[in-house]
Amino acid sequence: MSEVLKIENIYKRFDELVVLEDVSLSVNVGEVIVIIGPSGCGKSTFLRCLNGLEEIQEGKVILDGEVINPVSKSTIKSREKLGMVFQNYDLFPHKTILQNLTLAPGVVQKRKRTETEEEAVNLLKRVGLENKKDNFPRQLSGGQKQRTAIARALIMHPEVLLLDEITAALDPEMVREVLQVVLDLAKEGRTMVIVTHEMEFAKAVADRIIFMDGGKIIEEGKPEDFFKAPKTERAQKFLQSFSY
Amino acid sequence: MIERLGFDVLFKGSNFIRLLEGLGIALRISIISVVISIVLGIVVGMLMTIKNPIIKAITRIYLEIVRIMPQMVLLFIVYFGATKSLGINLTAETASIIVFSFWGTAEMADLVRGSLISIPVIQYESSAALGLTKIQTYIYVIIPQTIRRLIPLSINLITRMIKTTSLVMMIGIVEVLKVGQQIIEANRKASPNAAFGVFATVFLLYFLACWPISQFSKYLEKRAI
Repeated sequence: MSEVLKIENIYKRFDELVVLEDVSLSVNVGEVIVIIGPSGCGKSTFLRCLNGLEEIQEGKVILDGEVINPVSKSTIKSREKLGMVFQNYDLFPHKTILQNLTLAPGVVQKRKRTETEEEAVNLLKRVGLENKKDNFPRQLSGGQKQRTAIARALIMHPEVLLLDEITAALDPEMVREVLQVVLDLAKEGRTMVIVTHEMEFAKAVADRIIFMDGGKIIEEGKPEDFFKAPKTERAQKFLQSFSY
Repeated sequence: MIERLGFDVLFKGSNFIRLLEGLGIALRISIISVVISIVLGIVVGMLMTIKNPIIKAITRIYLEIVRIMPQMVLLFIVYFGATKSLGINLTAETASIIVFSFWGTAEMADLVRGSLISIPVIQYESSAALGLTKIQTYIYVIIPQTIRRLIPLSINLITRMIKTTSLVMMIGIVEVLKVGQQIIEANRKASPNAAFGVFATVFLLYFLACWPISQFSKYLEKRAI
């Protein structure tokens, strides 16, 4: 398997506070990695380090052989290869759904409008929102907004998709429609790094589970092994906290 | 009826034309001040978002001075004070434009600052995640959203500036309200009821000047977002 994203011994500190401590990970093409762990364990920060939204103090993040973090000029160029969807709705409120999709490919990749619009409509069809293309984000439900955000990330043809707790702010009945889209992407062989609190979803979608706590990777393994018999005590405790 | 309410004086001689001319002067002072305030206000407002303690302190003091000082006091300081103590010979109109721009710039800057910082961080981050550069983020994402928030607020400021120009008669400018007073004075004997008719007309003229502006703002508010 060929490696697309490599994280080498990264450290992230906010002043005195150590958020990530010596974290290393390598992501192969077509692999779906799901990161779980208690709140505040550094998993979202870790994801944000991958595309340089957070600067790291030590170590390296390498995408396709190019250093993306520590942040430099080439980071901006590399970011288009890393699609990201956030927990809080991040659509551009002043643009229609279609324009939300076509803005970045037009501005960043200088692609033709006719071409990006066609692709945008196709992507919206895939996530079931082609009839919303002329609406504004505020007219959409939370689940529809997140599906739009996924489509907006996909139109850039990213090599890796980073999903940061994308269902955490949603009403429960909308979680499924969003996760279904992600499951479909996984089936197509998309490379993804996902942070989530939905354990059933993690089980279903992951090729590899990463369990983080206290800014470190505590355990990693195949989902069937990890969820059935976690090796570390901390992971056991964490999983127990989900059953009543 | 017309006489009892004192509207008759308006039809005497060139009274009505004089009122319109007075309105013209008021509008000229406010339009020039508004344009200066918007341009300088945008610059100062952007400066205010920079995290530099010196810039912060200066803009803070400026804003507080404008908020605390009655505009009339500012007018007196600039018109009478500058002429006497600095030996600068300002016309009353220049003095009022300076004062109104000084005031308007501060208010506009605060609006610009407020609109800029009200854009959520996630807008910057999601733009960055899509590969947009800082400049592209401002051009396509941040500034359009800021302008949409700014339009209704700044139009409110513009109408307030137009209304406040009635103060300039205190430094001898014959604008619409002053013309009205003169007309009433001159016709005290012939039409003692002139006050109501003249002031009502002045009210109507201000209304006609400001109403379209606030309607325009409503239209923009609906269309935007």
